[in-house]
Amino acid sequence: MSETFDAIVIGAGPSGNACAYVLAKSGLNVLQIERGEYSGSKNVQGAILYADALERIIPDFREDAPLERHIVEQRMWILDDKAHVGGHYRSDAFNEEKPNRYTIIRAQFDKWFNRKVREAGALVVCETTVTELIKDGKGKVIGVRTDREDGEVYADVVVMADGVNALVGSRSGIKKEVAPETVALAVKEMHFLPQDVIESRFNIGEEEGVVIEVAGSVTVGMVGTAFLYTNKESIAIGIGCLVSDFTEAQVRPAFLLEKFKNHPSIKPLLAGSEVKEYAAHLIPEGGLPAVPQLFGDGWMIVGDAAQFVNAVHREGSNLAMTSGRLAAETIIDAKKAGKPMSASVLSAYKKALENSFVLKDLHKYRRLPKVLHHNKHFFTDYPRLLSSAAETMLRVDGEDKRSKEKKVTKSFRSTRSLGGLIGDMFNLARAFR
Amino acid sequence: MQEISIKVEEKLYQNRYMVDEGRPHIVVKPHTQPTDALASLVKICPAGCYSRTETGQVEIAPDGCLECGTCRIVCAATGDIEWNYPRGGYGILFKFG
Repeated sequence: MSETFDAIVIGAGPSGNACAYVLAKSGLNVLQIERGEYSGSKNVQGAILYADALERIIPDFREDAPLERHIVEQRMWILDDKAHVGGHYRSDAFNEEKPNRYTIIRAQFDKWFNRKVREAGALVVCETTVTELIKDGKGKVIGVRTDREDGEVYADVVVMADGVNALVGSRSGIKKEVAPETVALAVKEMHFLPQDVIESRFNIGEEEGVVIEVAGSVTVGMVGTAFLYTNKESIAIGIGCLVSDFTEAQVRPAFLLEKFKNHPSIKPLLAGSEVKEYAAHLIPEGGLPAVPQLFGDGWMIVGDAAQFVNAVHREGSNLAMTSGRLAAETIIDAKKAGKPMSASVLSAYKKALENSFVLKDLHKYRRLPKVLHHNKHFFTDYPRLLSSAAETMLRVDGEDKRSKEKKVTKSFRSTRSLGGLIGDMFNLARAFR
Repeated sequence: MQEISIKVEEKLYQNRYMVDEGRPHIVVKPHTQPTDALASLVKICPAGCYSRTETGQVEIAPDGCLECGTCRIVCAATGDIEWNYPRGGYGILFKFG
């Protein structure tokens, strides 16, 4: 291929597909390169699709996108070894004409999204790994090198949507290597069950779905969370913790998943299921401090490669799609104005991100990764204290209620001390502010 | 901690792979004594690809690799391994993801 493209997009996950789609739709000559056999074959997510981000790209996506269930109920559980304490929110308002959140199966969804990219006119090349960026004498990115024979291709701009490992950018010296404290390793299984069993087990109707987000003793003292999502005929279950914590604690990830699956609050939900896949993936969790330089002469970074994940709210694919769209819009505007793809022109991408929820939300929670990292007791002491408080108050055993309350207060103060409790509340409140 | 017996190989058996015979995408560099980072991979690789030899070195069999990149990041500072993505089309092929 000696042709020069308007843009090359590396990767066909949510950010790359969003970017390539918007670019191609505007009539630009786009090449998208994916290392997997098909878009989705290398990608792993829980997975929740946030409709709004996709709707701004493909408004009528509901007509043919492979969606599993729309979410009507959110359960947030704090686990200790035997119990869960939690809050649930379920609303019939989520049964709307255009639901806001869906469970999806990424391999199927990504395949669909990538088909849309091709229909919009982009050239999609799969089974091809980009090995590095090609720069001109002045350091401007002018193309990519791939593992194909004569696999050099050129473009006015290269968008890196190559995911959390972001090898292309770090090997080309334009971004730093990801640090073990800024990524979580998550492992996940797909458990299949008949549709009616899932619906009766979770008390939901056809098409309705439940999400369970979990924190507590299941991560054996490491910073992390677990999840359980209902699909049409399967349940996705997974657990993830910071890579730096895994290396320190020397815990086998598969053991952690097994422990979670065997928790008395989880086990009955999975009973009788057939496991059809075991997956592992990294999740960027470093927040704003870990976000790299996002643009330069002839290049931009989007999605997980840019560490765009809101770990607090378990959002990532929507940040990915939105950043892909904003990168594409920046390129389209520059093309229309006849401007070069220089760093100063592409800086409009960062401004657009700052004006969107992507960088606003990451800014809001910028302190949280550090707070959690230095306060592991949020994942150990508090779950235990909450659970024993609930048990003390609920068990009817002849002891008067005031004595029970005193016992609960004492348990909190002896574990964390009054100063510790106040400090925790302050740190958390500040991190969430 | 309660004892739960798990065999990662049984989990990997469910997965679909296209193995690039004779071209491992991860290579452990020759060593006599593994660094702490390298030694930690025996436990924390989610696919259990790393193991100890009888003489105490760490070796890898990357056929079951899930391409998460954990080992790459853990050993980035020590340079114990060479890590690349498999050639295009090879490696793990997620059916569900």
